[in-house]
Amino acid sequence: MKRYTMVGLLLALLLGVTVWMTSKGSVGIFKMFSGMKIVSATLRHLQIVAAAEVLAIGIGIPIGFLSTRHAFRFVSPVLIGIANIGQTVPTLAFIGIAGALLGMGYNAAVIALFVYATLPIIRNTYAGILSLDPAIKEAAQGMGMSKWQVTSRVELPLARPVIMAGIRTSTVVNVGTAAVAGMIGAGGLGALIMTGIAVRVMPIIIQGAAPTAALAIALDALLGGLEDWMTPRGLKVLKKAQWQE
Amino acid sequence: MIKLDQVGKTYADGTEAVKDLCLEIKEGEFCVLLGPSGCGKTTTMKMINRLIPLTTGKIYIDGVDVYKLESNELRRGIGYAIQNIGLFPHLTVCQNIATVPMLKKWPKPKQRARAEELLTLVGMDPGTFIDRYPSELSGGQQQRVGVARCLGADPPILVMDEPFGAIDPITRNKLQDEFLRIQAKIRKTIAFVTHDINEAIKMGDRIALMREGVLVQFADPATLLSSPKDEFVRNFVGADRVLKGLRLLKAKDVMKKPPLTVKVGEDPMQVKARMERDKLRWAMLTEDDGRFLGWITWEDLHASKTIREIIIPPSVTASPDTLLNEALSMMLNSAIGTLAILNEKECLLGVLSFEIIRDVLGQQVGEAQTEP
Amino acid sequence: MWNQAWQYVISHPDKIFEWTLQHLYIILVANALAAVFGVLIGIYISGKGRQRIADTVIYLASIMMTVPSLALYGILMGILSALTLPSIGFLPVVIALTLYGLLPIIRNTYTAIREVDPAMIEAGRGMGMSEIQILVKVKLPLAVPVIMAGLRQAVVMNIGIAAIGAYIGAGGLGQPIFRGIANYRTDLILVGAIFVSLLAILADLLMGGLEWLTTPKGVRTRRRR
Repeated sequence: MKRYTMVGLLLALLLGVTVWMTSKGSVGIFKMFSGMKIVSATLRHLQIVAAAEVLAIGIGIPIGFLSTRHAFRFVSPVLIGIANIGQTVPTLAFIGIAGALLGMGYNAAVIALFVYATLPIIRNTYAGILSLDPAIKEAAQGMGMSKWQVTSRVELPLARPVIMAGIRTSTVVNVGTAAVAGMIGAGGLGALIMTGIAVRVMPIIIQGAAPTAALAIALDALLGGLEDWMTPRGLKVLKKAQWQE
Repeated sequence: MIKLDQVGKTYADGTEAVKDLCLEIKEGEFCVLLGPSGCGKTTTMKMINRLIPLTTGKIYIDGVDVYKLESNELRRGIGYAIQNIGLFPHLTVCQNIATVPMLKKWPKPKQRARAEELLTLVGMDPGTFIDRYPSELSGGQQQRVGVARCLGADPPILVMDEPFGAIDPITRNKLQDEFLRIQAKIRKTIAFVTHDINEAIKMGDRIALMREGVLVQFADPATLLSSPKDEFVRNFVGADRVLKGLRLLKAKDVMKKPPLTVKVGEDPMQVKARMERDKLRWAMLTEDDGRFLGWITWEDLHASKTIREIIIPPSVTASPDTLLNEALSMMLNSAIGTLAILNEKECLLGVLSFEIIRDVLGQQVGEAQTEP
Repeated sequence: MWNQAWQYVISHPDKIFEWTLQHLYIILVANALAAVFGVLIGIYISGKGRQRIADTVIYLASIMMTVPSLALYGILMGILSALTLPSIGFLPVVIALTLYGLLPIIRNTYTAIREVDPAMIEAGRGMGMSEIQILVKVKLPLAVPVIMAGLRQAVVMNIGIAAIGAYIGAGGLGQPIFRGIANYRTDLILVGAIFVSLLAILADLLMGGLEWLTTPKGVRTRRRR
């Protein structure tokens, strides 16, 4: 409860500042962005993040899952190694390379974000499934579950919180990366910040920066709540018990 | 010497862990604090080194109020061993053992020499183990190092909280034996907490049995078993079962040979020399035909007196068929530590002592506890 | 394109060297600050009876982490210019990186200290160690590798965030990327992207090695098992 109050206060503060700055109308010779412009930039921002994230989930979970299968045991260390190293590569490098190879614009941004977002999802899916107690799987097989049933009824539900955590991380990181993608002409809130920085007008920078921060914090809280909600109840009890130890 | 004077402990939530406890542990005495869980034995022990502050009363060590000393100084003078050992995993065996010497700022070579000495004492080869890390030792070895560590700066007093509690029974037994052997050498004043009656009987010179924060009985093991103060003590120590067990054994089953028998006609000074050589305080005296006459002590032997003049005649004796429970009560009633066992012609066959009976009791309790 | 990038590397090694140095300097200053404050805060909140403070601090720091770097730069520029301090360049970037670096270090210090086996602490206290001695001789040596892991995370993450700092004039390896994007010079973009990635990967390896080196030997063997 207390956490959500904290998040609520922060969001109110950030949005308040945005509204205040927008209400100024202009600073010196510079006209401020209109409220409409900010809303449309926010929607564009969300669109970039959502497109990349949907692709990343659609590809990342199957890859992560397949890496845990016996048949892929030769490729999986390489794959997971790449995912690990890939995550140390700075986001700006991804954006820059995407811009260089694919040209400027929305598509390049979505592809860069998608590749970067896939990595934590692959890794968490892989780790989430591998960390399961083998006895659980054995018990499920022993009771006569088919391979598909073991996967869909045991492995995936139990690994779900870890996979969700990967999705949450990648989404929050992507809100930031999408802002940088404003650089390669993808639009979104990043473009507003960059405009402000280019003309050195602080209120305009804040008009972009505050809603970006608010978006990231809100998405993080939202996905955190979703993660909680999607954790099987039995696991929650377990988690709590481990915390208390 | 440790003296607890009307010590009480009340926790913040109002629970009275220890009530009005008086206890005196003599110098060089192995005192076991025994009782069911929650009886306040650990609290009592931790009040001695002030890990738990006491609410009422006073605790004296060698006549000095422990609250007159700085707490860390006090603790550095009291060896401390616990069930979970708590060896520091980032330090070597040497550094672990030398923790208190390090705190006391001994020079490094002296610390190492002390660690080597103590490793040898607990039966571990210093050459092999001194530079190992705790993770490279077995559970039993870790426990030995724990014991060595609590002896680090040679403190006169040890407080131990179930130090052998977390290891398998076979290793535990071995460590108990070794610790007794060590204690015979170093003669520390020990407060030893356990809930294991078997361990208490085996290890303790005296046992302080506690219940709900109150000291119920403070006595040596044999007394605790043969004359339990009340129903609780009887049940807790399993005295009935154990004493019934004693009834199944006869003196001849467990008696030992006398350490030294002397004939009446021998030269007192030669006898005295033999006793000195074997470090004996007493000897048993017989007629030439083997009839038992009594005891002589080393102090009484003089060139000016014949042996016959210094005999201490026995107040009681037993036969080989005397049941052990009877033998025990004979010893307790006549306040002697050693009982002569004679045949029908009064010839000396062997002796029974508290130690022997205690060993038997220990085994009996052990067996009683392993029954389903 | 790749060929052009390669040409650039051989013809301008001095520039790449300069950008790398600028980058490293920012990282060094910011992470040193983050390490000092992070460890101190971590030690403080791991104290007895500070559970609530600890929860709040760690939660605030984790919210801090979710704020996108470009947004934080913007906000810091606003705050700094209001305080009439330099609002572009080194200062806002170092402040931002320090803030980002705090969370992993605070969290790891806190958890590592809290997870030290209570038996060890009791043994230490029972043998007459003072609270400071317990902290310095028992808790910290055991916590150092975990703190180092946090620092490693902070350093790798900050190398990426510092790259974005080039946009507000802090220099470093982000500079060729932004310049390349602005001037349609793909060779510059590639050079910047590749070198900043190499820097991050090398830093990760290096910090991993440091993590191993600072792990007390006795604990190492236990982990290996």
